[in-house]
Amino acid sequence: MTRWQHVGILAAIVFYGVMVGCQNDSGKDGPIEPEPKPVEFKATPYNWKKPANFDDPKYDFTKNPLTVEGVALGKTLFYDGILSRDGSVTCAFCHQSFSGFAHNDHALSHGIGDKIGTRNVPGIENVAWKTAFFWDGGIADLDLLPISPIQNPVEMGDSLANVLKKIRTSGQYPALFKAAFGTEDVTTERFLKALSQFMLTMVSANSRYDKYSRKETGAALTDQEARGLALFKQNCSGCHTGEQFTDQSYRNNGLRMQLANSKDFDLGRYQITLNLNDYNKFRVPSLRNVERTSPYMHDGRFQTLEQVLDHYINDVQDTPQLDPLLKKNGKTGVALTAADKSDVITFLRTLTDNDFITDRRFQPD
Amino acid sequence: MKNALPASVMSLFLFLTVLAACHNDPLEPEYGTVQLKFANVVGAQDLKLDSTSYTNGSGEPFTVTKLNYFISNIKLKKADGSAYVVPQDSSYFLVSQSNPASQLITLRNVPVDDYTGIDFVVGVDSLRNTMEIGKRTGALDPGGAAAGMYWDWNSGYIFLKLEGTSAKAPADATGKHNFMYHIGLFGGYKKESKTINNLRTIQLAFGTGPAHVIVNGTTGVQIKANVLKIFDGVKRLSIAAHPDIMVSDSSEIVANNYAKMFSVGTVQVD
Repeated sequence: MTRWQHVGILAAIVFYGVMVGCQNDSGKDGPIEPEPKPVEFKATPYNWKKPANFDDPKYDFTKNPLTVEGVALGKTLFYDGILSRDGSVTCAFCHQSFSGFAHNDHALSHGIGDKIGTRNVPGIENVAWKTAFFWDGGIADLDLLPISPIQNPVEMGDSLANVLKKIRTSGQYPALFKAAFGTEDVTTERFLKALSQFMLTMVSANSRYDKYSRKETGAALTDQEARGLALFKQNCSGCHTGEQFTDQSYRNNGLRMQLANSKDFDLGRYQITLNLNDYNKFRVPSLRNVERTSPYMHDGRFQTLEQVLDHYINDVQDTPQLDPLLKKNGKTGVALTAADKSDVITFLRTLTDNDFITDRRFQPD
Repeated sequence: MKNALPASVMSLFLFLTVLAACHNDPLEPEYGTVQLKFANVVGAQDLKLDSTSYTNGSGEPFTVTKLNYFISNIKLKKADGSAYVVPQDSSYFLVSQSNPASQLITLRNVPVDDYTGIDFVVGVDSLRNTMEIGKRTGALDPGGAAAGMYWDWNSGYIFLKLEGTSAKAPADATGKHNFMYHIGLFGGYKKESKTINNLRTIQLAFGTGPAHVIVNGTTGVQIKANVLKIFDGVKRLSIAAHPDIMVSDSSEIVANNYAKMFSVGTVQVD
């Protein structure tokens, strides 16, 4: 071996040591100090931090204080097929880390017994800032969300009551509930709050855009990305607002409507409010990790960001419900040149947060 | 000495008055129990699930396979307009035809008094309907008693669920002629996203005279719920035209109808 090879190996060992040493395992490898007399129950507070470029969260943490044990329980549940009728479908079955916790393989959600749902799987990220969930906003409280996929006959196909029963009689869970909540009781509240706790830790705030937004040292956008950002602010941020890239409103973005007799016919927000003004409106989705969360739209009709932009440039349909921002001066759609389109897409790719997507804390143990 | 006798009589009288007043201390009210007995009926008959065929106002034959409803926010009213309000956290009940125990709602610690009527809500008020999951225990637990009475995709409780069969209902994919009315919707979470509000408050007077609540006693109040009214309490609905009503504008018609289904039966100290 040459001298340089020795140096290289040494450097690799040192680097490995630093990597291992710096991992933020938050006590995952076992308690360092075993408590001799656990007189009073006390879970370990989880250090949840708001990213500097984000607003204050909307979730009320006082009603569900995050603990290391609670988050760990939530994660175990998230990755456990016990939540589905036949054990085959976990939360992660649809919400896959490498897709920004969305799903790439199916335009419409694919569930138990190969059943196909009616809508595209949304990603999970920054749920603490969301005021409603699902494409139609039918759920306004994160703690109530998991009941829906568990009981949906084409998703997990079970009932909440039966899932709780299975968890109560399982080997591992009573101890995990005790660690998180003080007793082995498996209640609706604890089950749902544990899932919330885990999902609340799934904060995506480390994309190149975020670092640029926080003016971190060395963070910069390329010229093309910066041009894309400027175009985005001018043409897209009316709906995809702020650091979450959504104003959380419900809008009709001029998609070609499915035929009324089509199985994909979907009235969106109207199904919740029964208000004709909400006909065919859907929640404005966040664009975080958008490069990873294809396909796009509530029904997953577009495979690529190019197709999405082409829709906004060329194919916005004029209906009474069309969002006014997509019809200016009598013209529908967004005026962007081919070069502009490419710039915007280049910018959108800066919203990919690889730290989030590969974060070990969000992966199964 | 002339005045000594009346003075001693006066002081004795005063003493006795004070004694009596102290004994009947108004600061320590006494309590009894009220049992609300929900009796589901179809016209003059007791409701029987599955087997018995009835006829609604549109002349349609039907059977009932399921009848559940939430009763909440119970108030016992007095002649002077005041009321005993059942503590909010203990004022949610799910009445199921298939579960006789659920048809008996026991209200303990009701102050001794004469009550002239009762108010209650059919369903779960908007405040409780949007409360955090920790406040949804007992009858309101979507993973327990409230399973099947909760919409998970459009968060909210189903206030009343009536299911059955009728030859007049169109055949479904399996050839069965079922009808189902699942009525909920509390008005929505926010002003800007209002929905229909199908909450109905029922106000009933104890027509035959007040319900006496006595110390350590139990007063039974029978409340009849007439299924026929669900079809025509205010506006006549036919099963043929409306075999399924859930989250739709027609749900208001059903709510208005079932708001008329309740009446007071017998009231007596058991």
